[in-house]
Amino acid sequence: MKVIKGLLWWFTSVMGDHDYQRYVEHLRRRHPDGPVPTEGEFWRARYADADANPSARCC
Amino acid sequence: MATDEPQVSTPPPGVELLRTDPDLPPVGVIDNRAPSPTARVALILVALLGAFAWTMIALLRGEHVNAVWFVVAAICTYLIAYRFYAKLIERKLARPRDDRATPAEALDNGKDFIPTDRRVLFGHHFAAIAGAGPLVGPVLAAQMGYLPGIIWIVVGVVLAGAVQDYLVLVISTRRGGRSLGQMARDEMGTVGGVAAMVAIFIIMIILIAVLGLVVVNALGESPWGVFSIAMTIPIALFMGVYLRYLRPGKVSEVTVIGVALLLTAIISGRWVAESGWGETLFSLDKTTIAWLMMFYGFAASVLPVWLLLAPRDYLSTFMKVGTIAMLAIGILIARPVAQLPAVSQFAFNSAGPAFAGSLFPFLFVTIACGALSGFHSLISSGTTPKLLEKESQARFIGYGGMLTESFVAVMALVTAAILNQHLYFAINAPSAATGGTAETAATYVNSLPLSGPKITGEQLTHTARDIGETSIVSRTGGAPTLAIGISHVMSGVFGDSGFAAGTKAFWYHFAIMFEALFILTTVDAGTRVARFMLSDSLGNLGGPLRRFKDASWRLGAWICSAIVVGGWGSILLMGVTDPLGGINTLFPLFGIANQLLAAIALTVVTTIVVKQRLYTWAWIPALPLGWDLIVTMTASWQKLFSADPAVGYWKQHQLYAAARDAGLTSFKTAKTPEAMDAVIRNTFVQGTLSAVFASLVLIVVAAGAWTCLRAVRSGGLPTTEDPEEPSRIFAPSGFLATDVEKEVEKQWSAPEPVGTRT
Repeated sequence: MKVIKGLLWWFTSVMGDHDYQRYVEHLRRRHPDGPVPTEGEFWRARYADADANPSARCC
Repeated sequence: MATDEPQVSTPPPGVELLRTDPDLPPVGVIDNRAPSPTARVALILVALLGAFAWTMIALLRGEHVNAVWFVVAAICTYLIAYRFYAKLIERKLARPRDDRATPAEALDNGKDFIPTDRRVLFGHHFAAIAGAGPLVGPVLAAQMGYLPGIIWIVVGVVLAGAVQDYLVLVISTRRGGRSLGQMARDEMGTVGGVAAMVAIFIIMIILIAVLGLVVVNALGESPWGVFSIAMTIPIALFMGVYLRYLRPGKVSEVTVIGVALLLTAIISGRWVAESGWGETLFSLDKTTIAWLMMFYGFAASVLPVWLLLAPRDYLSTFMKVGTIAMLAIGILIARPVAQLPAVSQFAFNSAGPAFAGSLFPFLFVTIACGALSGFHSLISSGTTPKLLEKESQARFIGYGGMLTESFVAVMALVTAAILNQHLYFAINAPSAATGGTAETAATYVNSLPLSGPKITGEQLTHTARDIGETSIVSRTGGAPTLAIGISHVMSGVFGDSGFAAGTKAFWYHFAIMFEALFILTTVDAGTRVARFMLSDSLGNLGGPLRRFKDASWRLGAWICSAIVVGGWGSILLMGVTDPLGGINTLFPLFGIANQLLAAIALTVVTTIVVKQRLYTWAWIPALPLGWDLIVTMTASWQKLFSADPAVGYWKQHQLYAAARDAGLTSFKTAKTPEAMDAVIRNTFVQGTLSAVFASLVLIVVAAGAWTCLRAVRSGGLPTTEDPEEPSRIFAPSGFLATDVEKEVEKQWSAPEPVGTRT
């Protein structure tokens, strides 16, 4: 059970499911008084960043 | 917390704890303890098992070497290399300092710079470096027999590929995660830097073109394949919209839905392909597929990332991790037996049908990615360093990640090695040799000097029907061979009769889909990256061109995308219509390009090492650099000047030009005057590209050598490392945390740690 849970955690982390939560934690720690975006806003901003800074995929 | 104090102040002998702040728990652990007796015994057993497996592969050359030995030999060698050689590199060159903040920690912005769990980062890094290259190269290299291939894949990765990935990651981490091109300019001056950037751009173009050719060859005249790959586009669009408007952030959820749809597309592909309308709609010739692919690449480059590129990438990541794990387990369960000889006669001459050229240098150029891949240096610099929590994790991510990629190459070699030799060559010889039909192909392969039972045209047709295709003759490019091998392995696991009847066809198209997905991800992401490189360079020229720097300028994005797609598209079309068989002539160019990129990366690494006066250990990157230069320069030289027309572009060019001037209307495999003109043009373009690559890389290497010489003369030179910042976080170094690391982790996660955490 622990192994399956671990694998699930690993896989969802690699895919990016926890990225928003991680960002919110980052904001709370570093900018506790600043505004916190909604999950939709976070992903919009993130894809906008990816639009401007593409990352390569290998052969 | 008082109870923790004694443990903190007295770590076990041989262990040193690093602290940057007296109020914080340790930020690093330096563990110099000798391995425990259990670990020693385990290492000795691994070494013995590995040696035994190698003996089975290399010496007992019966017809019945079991493919499991390939897997065992590779894994044991990786473990020993990771434990000893990578450790040596860590101690002598990388010299990680965990009391120093990595760019991820120092510049943490919660977005592109984020300290990421090492195991998750390993997944990200692997997904970024793994692609179709290590799957295709070993399959083609199998024409020389399995032994040269397996040796180079394993030895090459240990001494070259993993060293490159690891050290590039290390130097980029010390430089704020800067890209290879930038580091080349910073460390070797403008000339070397500009040459490196131009070379990287051209090499990307050729890589995209040749990978595109692999997909086109796999999909040509295959309505089933075309339908299922085409369906990935609406599936990706659906996923994109779902993530943006319905459930943002539910990435795994939408990916699982996407994969389910993908499997449905593969299964229903048979029905579509067999229906009248499906066959007329999706039976496309190669030229049409090439044009569609160019259109796709352009669209992916100008459309917003969230709509097409990102969801495609999710599918690709999911399939990568899932399928590779599945294949490894499949091989262990099915335990297929190698049918190829250990060393074939094509290792010693240039008559090989899959690709021309003898073992040295063309084996190394063909395998490329599985043993040493220059492209990885673009991931190891730039992307991964911005996520690395601790410098000491670079060994696990960089060296370990590349070992995993090499393992993928070993499995690809296995899938080719278990095929009947005659079948292998019927698939991989160009249609100019096989004649294109099952009957002529059988005659052709039976005339080759191969061992084992001969094959009939009927058998070839039967194999094609088994996998749901009309023909398997001359499906060059490696992807169909791999897919047939995978379908053998997987139907060996699940069976192909009764309930599971017809699964071979499913697995074949599953494998084709998975390769095409990888390659299209490289094509779309690569086109986009190349577009940005181009617009940046144009913007740097100044004047009215400065506007290209503005990423939101749509017209500029369209112009640059068109130039990039035009670049790789023209090479792709050239390969598709090449009368000599595109893969046969173009794949070596792909390999050379990739290996030359590795030469650039290793030059940058070696230069930095010499500047730091680490002369005693400079051979670690210099050895693979030297070997890589010998291989690529010999290969380039032979491609340009060999008197053997099968190998040398110019010789071929001259022969065809002379035939045209003599008034001939057909010559060798070119049956029409137009085909002859095509050969003359193609060999000219290919020869020119070879010469340009090699010259650019020589400029970079010369700039590196000059910098090294200056460094030695003046007793070392300053490098462009970022100023150090103290680290305030902790994370274990390897995959598993050691006892001391666990203890320190416990202190960090204590409810009220001493002092305040950032």
